[in-house]
Amino acid sequence: MKILVCMKQVPQKDAPLELNETGTWIREDVSYEVNEPDAYALEEALRQKEKHGGEVVVITAGPARAAQVLREALAKGADRAIHLEDHAFVGLDPFNTAQAFFAAIKDEKFDLIFTGLQSDDYGYAQTGVILAELLGWPHATIIMQIEKSDSGIRVKRELEAGYFQFVDIPLPAVLTIQSGINKLRYATLIGIKQAKNKPLRKVIMPEVQSAIGGNLQKIERLYVPQKAKNTEIIEGPPGEVAKKLVDKLRNEVRVL
Amino acid sequence: MPAIKFRGVDFLEFDALLSDDERLVRDTTRKFIEENLVPIIEECNRAGRFPRELVQPMAELGYFGASLKGYGCAGMSNVEYGLVMQELERGDSGVRSFVSVQSALVMYPIYAFGSEEQKSLWLPALQKGEKLGCFGLTEPDFGSNPGGMRTRARKVDKRYVLNGEKMWITSGSIADVAIIWAKVEDENDKVRGFIVETDRPGFKADDVHGKWSLRASVTSGLSLQDVHVPECNLLPASSGLRSPLMCLNQARYGIAWGGVGAAMACYDCALQYSLLRKQFRDQPIASHQLVQEKLAWMITEITKAQLLVLQVGRLKDADKVEHQHISMAKRNNVWMALECARMARDILGANGIADDYPIMRHLMNLESVKTYEGTHDIHTLILGSSVTGIDAF
Ligand SMILES: Cc1cc2nc3c(=O)[nH]c(=O)nc-3n(C[C@H](O)[C@H](O)[C@H](O)COP(=O)(O)OP(=O)(O)OC[C@H]3O[C@@H](n4cnc5c(N)ncnc54)[C@H](O)[C@@H]3O)c2cc1C
Repeated sequence: MKILVCMKQVPQKDAPLELNETGTWIREDVSYEVNEPDAYALEEALRQKEKHGGEVVVITAGPARAAQVLREALAKGADRAIHLEDHAFVGLDPFNTAQAFFAAIKDEKFDLIFTGLQSDDYGYAQTGVILAELLGWPHATIIMQIEKSDSGIRVKRELEAGYFQFVDIPLPAVLTIQSGINKLRYATLIGIKQAKNKPLRKVIMPEVQSAIGGNLQKIERLYVPQKAKNTEIIEGPPGEVAKKLVDKLRNEVRVL
Repeated sequence: MPAIKFRGVDFLEFDALLSDDERLVRDTTRKFIEENLVPIIEECNRAGRFPRELVQPMAELGYFGASLKGYGCAGMSNVEYGLVMQELERGDSGVRSFVSVQSALVMYPIYAFGSEEQKSLWLPALQKGEKLGCFGLTEPDFGSNPGGMRTRARKVDKRYVLNGEKMWITSGSIADVAIIWAKVEDENDKVRGFIVETDRPGFKADDVHGKWSLRASVTSGLSLQDVHVPECNLLPASSGLRSPLMCLNQARYGIAWGGVGAAMACYDCALQYSLLRKQFRDQPIASHQLVQEKLAWMITEITKAQLLVLQVGRLKDADKVEHQHISMAKRNNVWMALECARMARDILGANGIADDYPIMRHLMNLESVKTYEGTHDIHTLILGSSVTGIDAF
């Protein structure tokens, strides 16, 4: 099985964030890490390869610093990497990002494409789904398990309230992977050393430019929510106080 | 108090001096330690238990003999190896000691002084953690002056017979194999190294109890009474006291990095604590000048220590390092780590002595680290001898 894993570099979860000068995004100089569900997607791809053979290719779209995500993936066992390297990918909408991936992999023949369920920064959960549409492939989201079957694969999707759905899908297909589907491995020291010799293809903007239109996402303003505290004392006989309290909880605070 | 989580320490863009791979090695090790050692270390420390369950995972990650080439070893650079040691010791000096001994004091001498048969028999097994090793140099009466050792090897036909006592031996009772340094009677009492399987008749290991330091690492006394080993167990290229000192140089280099790790753990914890803890007028204790002075001292010394040990590592990678460089790094970095631990302990007040926080454990551990692998003062004498040309031992 030949599997492509789309991976994104996002600001570290517990990094202290500061707004940029225009107040439209965060400052560039924070610490970054692999988007969490993408790490699980990579792990799942590596496990599928270990079971069924094949190749695992990783792809990212982002500035030079995003190469760290690919290096780590190669160190964990991916076979090769593709880097769409441009700062313009920071803050690009999922439709255009999917278009760029689509253009970059047009000469490849994958059996499966994995993405993480969603990114920890924007949280659209769309890139994988749109990529499937562009390819004309079936897709399934929030995947918790993948088994090879005679006709393709059988996947387990996480629904709400503890329900799961099992779906049979033909290949090729796109799956968006849920965090916790497996247990992540660490890059070994030997893996890190071997990663140096694995192929990393750089794709520059002009190669995919024609596939990309204007950014469909625009952030007007980003701000830290103001903490506001308001204390109101309801007075009167207990019965009335209780009534007013229930009314407030139901209609104002809407927690009942 | 909310839980305090380690965030790393980088005041002077130290990371910019590292390559991408070096950072990846550091970050991966940090993650491994955070997820696998940090959750259990206080329990291990209380119980005086070596976390044996980590041997296998550490072997798989390639931590044993990481800087050696071939035999399944990772072939890391010295800087990369150092960063692993830093992160291990950020977790616990005892666990770092275990890895140091396995790598620098057991695998390295076999690698450097062993025959091809010895290397291919032992190195892959030690790398995989299937076999554990220990290093027996110190004796009850000879610590700083190992040249006085009494352990003797006598040649009888095609065997050597070993007799003697070794003391303060890390991993002694859990080791499958011991590198024993002994004076060879037929060679004018020249010190040579022997590979001694610990299940040979006459070999005994008894743990040191009542340690208040390195409690997550095993420390034992070894007794060898007429232990027979075949002559092929002699490390053929070992020759004189220089050989064990070469091993110690490897280990000391790793300790110099380890000191940075332990200091980072204490500093970062104290910094976070000082911002949360409020005294007088509801102000964080970090707002007091006397507390800030301690934090300023720590971050300055940690930063200097990082630069010092990185330069030693770069020299080592270029094959230009000298033993006095390593002595300077070991002496300075362990001293500054111990001072950081003491100051951090102070900043945490009463909380500083409890094992809800890692500081007291680091403090107690570092007391051993200051002593072993050449005491602080012995390294002073090595530096003194290096700059004056006069030995003052
Ligand atoms: C937890 C732990 C683990 C250890 N693991 C190992 C191991 O795995 N293998 C091994 O072989 N050893 C090991 N050691 C032993 C360690 O290397 C020795 O403790 C160390 O070399 C110091 O020797 P000593 O304790 O006999 O102290 P001593 O040599 O008696 O020194 C005591 C004091 O005297 C000072 N001193 C000694 N000589 C001089 C001098 N000429 N001038 C000025 N001051 C001097 C020292 O600096 C020190 O302050 C371990 C020790 C500990 C505590």
